[in-house]
Amino acid sequence: MKERSDNKRVYKYICVIALLALLAACRKEDDLFIPEEVPLAPPAGAPVIKGFYLLNEGNMGSNKSTLDYYDYQTGVYSRNIFAAANPTVPKEMGDVGNDLKIYGGKLYAVINCSNKIDVMDKRTAEKVGQIDIPNCRYIRFHEGYAYVTSYAGPVEINPAYEQTGYVAKVDTGTYEVVARCLVGFQPDELEIAGGRIYVANSGGYMAPNYENTVSVIDLETFTETGRIEVAVNLHHLRADRHGNLWVSSRGDYYGVPSRLYWIDLATSQPGGSIEVAVSNFHLDGDSLYLYSVEWSYVTMSNEVTYGIVDVEKKALVTRNFITDGTGKEIKIPYGLTVDPLTKDIYVTDARNYVLPGTLYCFDKNGRQKWNVRTGDIPAHFAFREETSIEKQTE
Amino acid sequence: MTEINLFIRTIGCAVSFLLCVSGFAQEKRESLHLDSIHNLDEVVIVANRYKEVIPSQKLSGVELERLSSFSVADAIRYFSGVQIKDYGGIGGLKTVDIRSMGTNHMGVFYDGIQLGNAQNGQIDLGKFSLDNIEEISLYNGQKSEIFQPAKDFGSAGTIYLRTRRPSFGEGKRSNLITYLRTGSFGLANPSVLWEQKLSDNISSTLNAEYVYATGKYTFRYRKMFPDGTVAWDTTATRMNGDIQSLRLEGGVNGVMEDGRWNLKAYYYDSEKGIPGAIVNNVWTHSQWQWDRNFFAQGSFLKQLGHRYDLLVNAKYANDRMRYLNPDTTLLYIDNTFLQQEVYLSAANKYRILPTWDVSLSGDYQWNTLSASLPGFVYPGRNTLLAAMATAFEWKRIKAQVSLLGTFVFEEVTRMQEAAPANRQEYTPAVFLSYRPSEKTPLNVRAFYKRIFRMPTFNDLYYTDIGNISLRPEYTNQYNIGFQYGRPVANGFFQYVQLKADAYYNEVEDKIIAVPKGSGQYRWMMMNIGYVEIRGTDVSAEASMRLPYAMQLRANLNYTYQKAQDFSDPSDNDPASGSYGGQIAYIPRHSGSAVANLAWESWNLNYSFIYVGERYHNSSNIRANYERPWYTHDLTLAKALRLKRANLKLSVEVNNLLGQQYDVVLNYPMPGRNYKLIVKIMI
Repeated sequence: MKERSDNKRVYKYICVIALLALLAACRKEDDLFIPEEVPLAPPAGAPVIKGFYLLNEGNMGSNKSTLDYYDYQTGVYSRNIFAAANPTVPKEMGDVGNDLKIYGGKLYAVINCSNKIDVMDKRTAEKVGQIDIPNCRYIRFHEGYAYVTSYAGPVEINPAYEQTGYVAKVDTGTYEVVARCLVGFQPDELEIAGGRIYVANSGGYMAPNYENTVSVIDLETFTETGRIEVAVNLHHLRADRHGNLWVSSRGDYYGVPSRLYWIDLATSQPGGSIEVAVSNFHLDGDSLYLYSVEWSYVTMSNEVTYGIVDVEKKALVTRNFITDGTGKEIKIPYGLTVDPLTKDIYVTDARNYVLPGTLYCFDKNGRQKWNVRTGDIPAHFAFREETSIEKQTE
Repeated sequence: MTEINLFIRTIGCAVSFLLCVSGFAQEKRESLHLDSIHNLDEVVIVANRYKEVIPSQKLSGVELERLSSFSVADAIRYFSGVQIKDYGGIGGLKTVDIRSMGTNHMGVFYDGIQLGNAQNGQIDLGKFSLDNIEEISLYNGQKSEIFQPAKDFGSAGTIYLRTRRPSFGEGKRSNLITYLRTGSFGLANPSVLWEQKLSDNISSTLNAEYVYATGKYTFRYRKMFPDGTVAWDTTATRMNGDIQSLRLEGGVNGVMEDGRWNLKAYYYDSEKGIPGAIVNNVWTHSQWQWDRNFFAQGSFLKQLGHRYDLLVNAKYANDRMRYLNPDTTLLYIDNTFLQQEVYLSAANKYRILPTWDVSLSGDYQWNTLSASLPGFVYPGRNTLLAAMATAFEWKRIKAQVSLLGTFVFEEVTRMQEAAPANRQEYTPAVFLSYRPSEKTPLNVRAFYKRIFRMPTFNDLYYTDIGNISLRPEYTNQYNIGFQYGRPVANGFFQYVQLKADAYYNEVEDKIIAVPKGSGQYRWMMMNIGYVEIRGTDVSAEASMRLPYAMQLRANLNYTYQKAQDFSDPSDNDPASGSYGGQIAYIPRHSGSAVANLAWESWNLNYSFIYVGERYHNSSNIRANYERPWYTHDLTLAKALRLKRANLKLSVEVNNLLGQQYDVVLNYPMPGRNYKLIVKIMI
């Protein structure tokens, strides 16, 4: 009997030990992402532009929208800095970043599928507020207000209802939406010029019945005062210093090709178009850098083209701003910007949208300086300039 | 810590847990002071099944019932070489991938006839209840049995679900089995199975099952600082996972001299929420799906004369799916898809010598799809399949060779850029097994198989995404392995079996979505992928006698898979390149352990599943890393005998330690959950 009870005790000990071993859970904890730092260039002293942020969109449903930062002062590229800067934010930045801008001392990241805009300190990327706007797309600023386009207009009780988009007016002091102005269907980028907001209506949810207008909103009254007919499925728009608004049309992907148009802002009339396909562009002075990725049903592949349009001459001046042949490495150019001072050209490659992307830096003559791995679908840039306010605080 | 270490440690945990469980059981036995003699369960040895060159992995009968599985998908997790993609919850999509070749390469057969989905090629195994399933078997390659329809030769891996064949006890003319299940997720799940003997040779069966669940469960995500302190920690409730479904099944089975036949009809109707991905600021979704599946099928099998066997199968299926996105902040979608299928098959086998058979099978299949999509082309597909096969035995060698010809004719109502090309494909398979000695129960086996999957209707014709010029996606499989198993007459072990296979697979012309132009919402299906898979499946099974007339059965499975993406040679950065990277969601290491302890009318089942670290895509970097997960499930069952009825009560605790995990990124799985099952047999 004694032996038996000893056995029992042994079993009990085994049980306790086994259970403890189990509870100690043979699994790593889910650690916070610590930014990965890659040195790319020698430190640059004390530049006016301190660096730039790059917003990676991340594929829909992946929650992998991330923020990268390239520091001109140190020459170090930091990947995925949001989580470490904001360790208490559940599920990090969110799903599908769609726009990134700096206004005042704040960095604004529009996260489309997370239905919000993260407002961060522009120096630390620490989150200081959030603006909730469903299906938000692009953001611009004017005199203390942010203007944000959204696809998610009011719902009509109608089985075949159509979702009108709107522009939300947001107080940058309170992060509250103070007014809404209805525009066309699925409004994308917006631009503010001459006391007006111009909105590119895409009609992307209405395919093949795309929108073909730019909405004009009077800033004073915040009401839509008119629409300018341009072309189907509009996307980006930017005003130049000669009184023209440059607008890109995606085309309908079949018979109607993608094109670049300009609108004469004085007359609010379409001015004309440049015979070039354009997926995205960046305006720097009078140089409009553009690229296009178009699917060819003939070659069954994406055809990539680059170019620069002189907006004063309204003519394509070059078909290639990458001059050393390294542009061939880029599978799907996605984000595009130019450093306003050094004129370095930054192009991102979204590759197959699933794998991590690449950021390429070319000098002003189009020769590759470096490239670096980014997050998924690297897309939107914001340069961090040193302002007088910042100087005071530093 | 390396992952293999992790795996060993985890297995260690599981084994110690087993010891612990048996320890508790032993104590209980002592306190009861019962000493009755009772019969041990019969151990069925299936080493020498009829003409089968390579036996399947199989779960059947009581063994299947003991596993705490809600659906067929849950049970299949215990097979080696298999990965389940599970979006979580009772209504969540569950698909199976064998040896990393992809879901579309898996053929699922229900009572001998393939379940089809020409639209997207995915069979949702979460839909199939285990209530009336008697046996699930899984074959790599194909069932190495030549007497089968041509379709059975047509997949890279095959799962057979066999429903209960009525059998009646002495003097009984009917069986009535009722299940009542309830538990977590707001589950209410009654079902009735009624079997009736109509004559000596004919019986009927009727089965009805209803499932209701709110699908709600709490889940928790958290991140830690490297020093072990909590960065953020959030708990929420999984919403929009409601499901309501009704399944009705009826059939008539008949036997005759040297043959049998059956007719059956199946109806399934469900409506369910799609819980969606949990991303920042989005904790619930409102998408909804309705499925209605119907099929009727019949089978006739007879031996004619001494040498000739005939098998005829026929099926008609009609499937309707509606998807609704009522979320007014997003693109409003309300699409309905209707598929129809007609299938006819005749298989013939002729015995030339007692050790040499030949077979010839011819199948015809017709599929159509209509959809409420603008510009839809209403595709139709006629498929003719012809299979020739031979099987022979020579001394201790068994061999089978088969050749499948597939002829596909497509038609669409509206031509696009080009007419869809007709296809003609010939694919071979060879299966061999050798028993080195008559005395030792050791079998060495090998197979080679080349097969393809047709692009689905979605791949080819889905508005905007579809690519009419797609070619089939091919797989080549090479497998070598052995099986050793024997009963032990007297001793601690009653029966032991060990199986191991090593394999090399290739997936050629893999169909992958590539971005079309600029922007996230436009894709095109292309034949651009190439994957190589090197793997090992090992499994061990043993049945043991324990003191006090207890019986312990244990089953261990381990799978190693190196499934590398060789699609893009230019993406070869050693740290982050996809070239040579492990493909999405395939763990290097995975395994399962099941232990079952039977004592008198009590039964305790413990099961453990381990899935090692994975990556969300072939760039195996930290940002794409997904942690391992493992769950412990326990089931305690007690059989009771009432006057006329037999009763069985079971209590299940699943994910005992409440581990929080994702099988698919951002689709949280349930933590600890419970189920209570009452089975009444009259």
